[in-house]
Amino acid sequence: MSAPAVTGPSVQRAVTRGRVRRGHRRRLIVLTLAVLVVAAFATTLMAGHTYYPARDVLRVMTGEQVPGASFTVGTLRLPRAVLALAAGFSFGVAGVTFQTMLRNPLASPDIIGISSGASAAAALAIVTLSLGETEVAALAIAAALGVALLVYTLAFRDGVAGTRLILIGIGISALLDSVTSYVLSQAGEWDLQEAMRWLTGSLNGATWRETVPVVCAVVVLGPVLLARARDLTALQLGDDTASALGVRVERTRITVIVAAVGLIAFATAAAGPIAFVAFLSGPIAARLVGTGVSLLVPAGLVGALLVLVADFTGQYAFDTRYPVGVVTGVLGAPYLVYLIVRSNRAGGSL
Amino acid sequence: MTASHTLATEDLTLGYGDRAVIEGLDLTLAAGEITVIVGANACGKSTLLRSMSRLLAPRSGRVVLDGREVHRLPAKELARTLGLLPQSPVTPEGITVLDLVGRGRHPHQRAFSRWSERDDAAVAAALEATRTTDLMDRSVDELSGGQRQRVWIAMALAQRTDLLLLDEPTTFLDISHQIEVLDLLTDLNRDRGTTIVMVLHDLNLAARYADRLVALADGRLHASGTPAQVMTEETVRAVYGMESRIIEDPLSGKPLVLPIGRHHSAAAEHAPV
Repeated sequence: MSAPAVTGPSVQRAVTRGRVRRGHRRRLIVLTLAVLVVAAFATTLMAGHTYYPARDVLRVMTGEQVPGASFTVGTLRLPRAVLALAAGFSFGVAGVTFQTMLRNPLASPDIIGISSGASAAAALAIVTLSLGETEVAALAIAAALGVALLVYTLAFRDGVAGTRLILIGIGISALLDSVTSYVLSQAGEWDLQEAMRWLTGSLNGATWRETVPVVCAVVVLGPVLLARARDLTALQLGDDTASALGVRVERTRITVIVAAVGLIAFATAAAGPIAFVAFLSGPIAARLVGTGVSLLVPAGLVGALLVLVADFTGQYAFDTRYPVGVVTGVLGAPYLVYLIVRSNRAGGSL
Repeated sequence: MTASHTLATEDLTLGYGDRAVIEGLDLTLAAGEITVIVGANACGKSTLLRSMSRLLAPRSGRVVLDGREVHRLPAKELARTLGLLPQSPVTPEGITVLDLVGRGRHPHQRAFSRWSERDDAAVAAALEATRTTDLMDRSVDELSGGQRQRVWIAMALAQRTDLLLLDEPTTFLDISHQIEVLDLLTDLNRDRGTTIVMVLHDLNLAARYADRLVALADGRLHASGTPAQVMTEETVRAVYGMESRIIEDPLSGKPLVLPIGRHHSAAAEHAPV
């Protein structure tokens, strides 16, 4: 064993230097992401079939009446962009929360049945019960929470093991998807269109009525999760280690599950289960900032960016307008395949 | 800093589901010593360690730290006094040594508090003590088994606890790395007075490094005392159901266990069956 190259105060300086350097890098990446989100947000407000200069957009946002722009930007584009921002952020934060807590990139809410629960409830509400928009949203939120609780309860045995929860979640998810399919097979033409629009995940026709609850959820539940960010990073080391570090494992888990599912539920109720955003944001954020730190904020920003860009692309890049969920689905599916192939190669169990 | 914390169990019964693993255990772990717990597979060694660090609630009885019940103490307060290195901690993919060791500061931090100079000092000292300073910017994934184990011990050290519990810290390590880890723990005990409680499988290493040996059999305390008192042919028979001969280790003067199997030992041929 060779003697260490550095000792005493110089070691501490090296530690401080390493930490500060990484802190700078991380802040730089988060700042870049934030700038990109703002840029994408501004672009969706200004560009489209009609272009409005930034000056007009700002005037609309400060409440001035601008002929043309007031309607297109103020009524059509602004609520849609805010919903994209808030829903994307919610999906990203909630997804990475689950992935971190269960130490598995497959453990995102759209894989373990929570989104499927919301979808099945919405399909049922639209097709079978012929309910209005608000009731559909409320039912979707209730179902998301219910499914999360069910999966958690079924997976509980002397604590919750990640793999067991994921497998049970995938099972429940399949069950709920078949409920959705059955309900859709019974649907009339108009209901079917309405239900499909919701199930694909779409921001079409977004108004403040859908947007405001999502923003409120982010404002209330976001800080709850952020306060647990350090406990979550400790949980990455395993339940035993986290507990030895003074984390109350079960209490932390329940708190973050409720908060994350709440975020997912409100976002899904307003925009539908936009495919794979929850699933993709965490791993992308981890690639960018590294695993040493909490990924909540970076993943939220990545989620917001994904939804903003995907929605803009879906609206204007092709001859037909595609709902945002189609675009994110095309992006996400290959990544899911990649993850499964890689975990098989590593011989890991899921 | 001398450790003055005393950890004890009082009539402790532990179990999972319907199965009792530890029954009615009374054990006091002396402050400032190295205690090694030995016993056959599934005799409750790890379970006992998990319960001592609040991971498992007792069926009945208590775990007591300085007269206060461990399971009633605030989680972070306990984590500033008592550290635990589990048998198989999870290494997050791609985490660097510095970040992993830094996680040991968790009980000293609040949710939104900034990283302090004291945190840096504790991390630096932990890296030095485990001789992992040169590794600090490396990714933990790419380290050898022995290096990785030293990094994990560094994480537990950064926690700055007077008591350190370790569940089989030498498993999966080759003999030279086993000795390295045990020497490191002995340094900690001698230099800082850290009380060390660990589970070990290797009886000869246990006898050599322990100030006090605790032998468990079927969830009960079979013997406890100095290695010379505990490590007898009778104990080995009772705990492992195996015949053995004990000689004096010419290097340390501690007892050395020579197992008697059915083959390769002259004694076995004459031993009563």
